[in-house]
Amino acid sequence: MENPTTSKVVLLACGSFNPITNMHLRMFELARDHLEDTGQYSVIKGIISPVGDAYKKKGLIEASHRVEMARLATESSEWITVDSWESQQSDWVETSKVIRHHYEELLAREHNRDDVDTIKYTKKRRIERVQFITGKEVSFPKPKHGPQLMLLCGADVLESFGIPNLWKQEDIAEIVGRYGLVCVTRSGGDPHKFINQSDDLWKYRKNIHVVHEWVTNDISATHVRRALRRGRSVRYLLPESVVRYVQEHSLYSAESEQKNADVVLAPFQKYSDASTSG
Amino acid sequence: MASCRVPLVLLACGSFNPITNQHMRLFELARDHMHSTGRFEVVGGIVSPVSDGYGKQGLVPAKHRISMAKLALQSSNWVTVDEWESQQPDWTETVVTMRYHHGRILKEYEQSAGRHSDASEKFASPSSPFPQLKLLCGADFLSSFKIPGLWLDDHVEELVQRFGLVCVSRGSLQPERAVHESDTLFRHRRNVFLVREWVRNETSATEIRRALRRDQSVKYLIPDSVIEYIHQHELYTEDSERRNEGTALRPLIKQAHQPIKSLDD
Repeated sequence: MENPTTSKVVLLACGSFNPITNMHLRMFELARDHLEDTGQYSVIKGIISPVGDAYKKKGLIEASHRVEMARLATESSEWITVDSWESQQSDWVETSKVIRHHYEELLAREHNRDDVDTIKYTKKRRIERVQFITGKEVSFPKPKHGPQLMLLCGADVLESFGIPNLWKQEDIAEIVGRYGLVCVTRSGGDPHKFINQSDDLWKYRKNIHVVHEWVTNDISATHVRRALRRGRSVRYLLPESVVRYVQEHSLYSAESEQKNADVVLAPFQKYSDASTSG
Repeated sequence: MASCRVPLVLLACGSFNPITNQHMRLFELARDHMHSTGRFEVVGGIVSPVSDGYGKQGLVPAKHRISMAKLALQSSNWVTVDEWESQQPDWTETVVTMRYHHGRILKEYEQSAGRHSDASEKFASPSSPFPQLKLLCGADFLSSFKIPGLWLDDHVEELVQRFGLVCVSRGSLQPERAVHESDTLFRHRRNVFLVREWVRNETSATEIRRALRRDQSVKYLIPDSVIEYIHQHELYTEDSERRNEGTALRPLIKQAHQPIKSLDD
């Protein structure tokens, strides 16, 4: 229900979705309930953005399958959709760029709707980005109208901010500073502690929404792939239509799990190249 | 052809208040496990919701619980819902339910064994071993044997000796410990099959009911058709959760004058 005093929010989840599981879908539901429960937000849309094949994660099967399975999984949802832009890029795309892309699309739609001068808008955005890159303290002003875009993730993603060469510090700051993070806790791990221990995250802690999943629901895609390799049932862990798709296309075997086994993950490749080239 | 495999049917008794994806997972996990022992071929699964006479707090009418289970299992080609237990006038002991279904299954077997030519019968060959019925349950069920007044000694004995248990571990509960701590279970441990559920999934019907009361989403935890049914019939509210409040569970009353299991086995 849309209340004029609430901010509109769109949730964006990036990830392998290899394959999508009921747990991924639960994450959206939990996040929406949590945000709307504060009385401050109205969640209008959810976007699933599967990563491109160029990510080179071990066991990552073709994007076309992963996107299709996500589409099947969200058919019955009134608000969660799948976007294939990221998966169609030939190079791996940093999460911050994916967020930017979707945010710009959202704003463009809002501005078209409101008949605001779009030229003025893009000029303003360019100025903001220059300020940000030159390191000036920016307070990330948000347009008065237009929905907020928040990155939806599990606590493991939040904690991955600490892994060297996986994320650029500027990107992390932009994601939490300009956009916002909704972090659904999985069993184990303490996101509040992690936020406390990072100055960047602490500075923008008001933009980080931690959703406690009181009922442990640990259906990881890794587990699903393992069960499939061993000929075990994965029914009721994934939507029916996805189980059928996996069977029809014989996805996830010992062989598929070896894909990219000897290849370096794209972000590591990219950032370590950058650091060695000075 | 695995000609020596024993045809096996799995029976799950419980409130199913409401049925959840987790309940249905139990069947899938149990089937995979029993197949992998090389000794069994799982030919059927039965969900048997308890009757209203059970008197458990928050239990909604059996007709709803049956309807929801039917909706949930529409897409399953081997698990069905059975209404016999829910239709009995009083709460029925688990062992009595098992005797009923086992008798039914044996009769079917005898009838199909008479018709050798019908290859589509699940008990095709007259030379295949007699079908077995085992009780499918979670680890918390095993621990319930210890609760005074809930089970009769003889029944536990019959359950594990004559039928057998397939018990799926849940969370941190260790069913091995329950087997170890009970002489009866230990004695018949070869008929107690323990299935490890590696995915920690603590979604229970209790949690589902709680979420529903608070208007929180339960999508992807129970089938869409069941969610729709719940909303249509306005089940699971604060009021429904108070049903049977203060009433003792029927088994405790019915079995009160019988010799009960002592705590030190």
